[in-house]
Amino acid sequence: MRNNDVILQTVTRVMTFIILTFAVFLFMAGHHNPGGGFIGGLVFAAGISLLFIAFDLKTVRAGFPLDFQMLAFSGVLIALLTAMGSFLFDQPFLSHTFGYFVLPIFGKTELATAVLFDVGVGMAVLGTALTIIYDIREDISIWKH
Amino acid sequence: MNNVVVLPLVIPMLAGLLMAMMRRNIGVQRVLSVISIALVFGVALKLVQQVRYEGIQTLAVGGWQAPYGIVLVADMFSVLLVLTASLVAMACILFAFQSIGKEREQYYFYSLFQFLLVGVNGSFLTGDLFNLFVFFEVMLFSSYVLLSLGGTKRQLKGTIKYVVINSLSSTIFLLGIAYLYAVVGTLNMAHLSVRIAEIGQGGYLTAVALVFMVVFSLKAALFLFFWLPEAYSAPPTVVGAVFAALLTKVGIYALFRMFTLVFYHQPEVTHTLLAIMAGLTLLLGSLGAVAYRDIHRILGYNVIIGVGFIVAGLAIFTQEALMGALYYLLHDIVTKALLFLLGGIIILVAGSDQLKKMGGMIRGYPFLGWLFLLTTLALGGIPPLSGFLGKVLIVQEGLARGVGEMGFYGLTALALLSSLLVLFSLIKIFILTFWGEARVNRGGEKKEIRGLLIPCAGLLVVSIGLGVGAEMLYPYIEQAGYGLMNPEVYIKAVLSEVI
Repeated sequence: MRNNDVILQTVTRVMTFIILTFAVFLFMAGHHNPGGGFIGGLVFAAGISLLFIAFDLKTVRAGFPLDFQMLAFSGVLIALLTAMGSFLFDQPFLSHTFGYFVLPIFGKTELATAVLFDVGVGMAVLGTALTIIYDIREDISIWKH
Repeated sequence: MNNVVVLPLVIPMLAGLLMAMMRRNIGVQRVLSVISIALVFGVALKLVQQVRYEGIQTLAVGGWQAPYGIVLVADMFSVLLVLTASLVAMACILFAFQSIGKEREQYYFYSLFQFLLVGVNGSFLTGDLFNLFVFFEVMLFSSYVLLSLGGTKRQLKGTIKYVVINSLSSTIFLLGIAYLYAVVGTLNMAHLSVRIAEIGQGGYLTAVALVFMVVFSLKAALFLFFWLPEAYSAPPTVVGAVFAALLTKVGIYALFRMFTLVFYHQPEVTHTLLAIMAGLTLLLGSLGAVAYRDIHRILGYNVIIGVGFIVAGLAIFTQEALMGALYYLLHDIVTKALLFLLGGIIILVAGSDQLKKMGGMIRGYPFLGWLFLLTTLALGGIPPLSGFLGKVLIVQEGLARGVGEMGFYGLTALALLSSLLVLFSLIKIFILTFWGEARVNRGGEKKEIRGLLIPCAGLLVVSIGLGVGAEMLYPYIEQAGYGLMNPEVYIKAVLSEVI
């Protein structure tokens, strides 16, 4: 019997965008409110996992053509390089700085280098979570055939 | 502020990440590995000189001062360990080039090796208890993967036990940190030491100290060593060698740090217990080394004996004994790696780790035989070689303290007896493998092992250098011993900008 996943797939199409937006919101909230790179990355991974459940692996990979492992490595690399950036200014390792800038749409905005570090964390978490999920699923599909 | 302190972590971390990003390009990975370890060695040499002439180097990470932020502290003790660890890592990585095999190389072997070094160097250099936990985990996670990488049945069996026991001990470590934080409200080691000195190390804090003793004993294979022989014999030779040289030593380092810097107020409880555990470790390790007739197990139990010996130096707790323990620690890092590498080559040549299947290898492999003999003598503590001075200092101080407390005579006797049994167990390997009738590869072709022997010879040169150059090394060891016996030096260096 062929399964018909119309309802699941339709709901997923809508939900995924909400989840991914929420993930970005959580990520950006990290500096002043609960949230941050770790939880942002995990929620993002949850959104992608929902796609994995509703559609098959190949379709999702085609729409999201990133090497998950590379994503994790580059995340850690970004975090490390942000930390090492302080060497250039002869400051202690991991020193961070921030400043206020007037941007076109946002107006006066606080920009902090800690966000760059958080981008690294988020990417590392996302990459790791997706690698784990994808590799386990891939193993199962190999076993079946 | 001295950013050089963080380089022994950052360099291997960066190298490991770059290698992970190009896992198919083995050539580049090899070059990067060598460059990274050589750089760490250079940095460690520079740090040794800085600590020697300018005192303890600290780095308040992110510019947040000592008790509030994380501090990295390079005192002579930790810097010497970083230096020695990078020497051993270099020899092991050169050995790995020719022995580890293409499959493992493609699946992140070199990256994991670098991450292991991050964990080890981080544990040596951190000045914060929770950070120590994190670096322990960095080291352990790399070691889990290195242990299971390749996926043979034996490795999987060994890995499950190793992961379970280490997860358990890490949990106890966290509990200990929680107890300690509940009482003193700080996790910076120097600040911990100050506060414990203020409120006095009563019954509760001594109990917490015992929790830490259990944790680090599990990691260092001090008395709680039941997991070690199997875990260290399962992985490929070079991984076993790195584990034997570095992993237990990090546990020993943590024991030294905790019981000289933080919990030194009740030595009649903590250090007596350490002495008893060291004595039992020496005894049981020696029994194990003598009892078995396969190379893997004999080598595993030799690691355990080394741990017992070093901690005996800590338990005796005089400056000379700590210096002896440090000499022995440096020697043990080098020679245990050497011993495991040579043992691996012997097993490779013989195709088995059972002593009864070997014999007469001196004809085909004379260089290997003499290398093994010299290593054996170094481990036994024969004078011109590296194991001698540490043993002399520990035994001498043990006897001196035995005058007051008879128990230390027993510990010293066990230490001397264990040296004899180490020598016996390794000479047994030497005689049964290298002498007598050739039983391996009879008529078969000779295996090409010259490339594998070069890093071993390099390590032996280091070991001889440690023995012959002991006089040159003495001021450095003395500074480290003085720092360990006088925690206020460390505290002043870390908290000077606050107090």
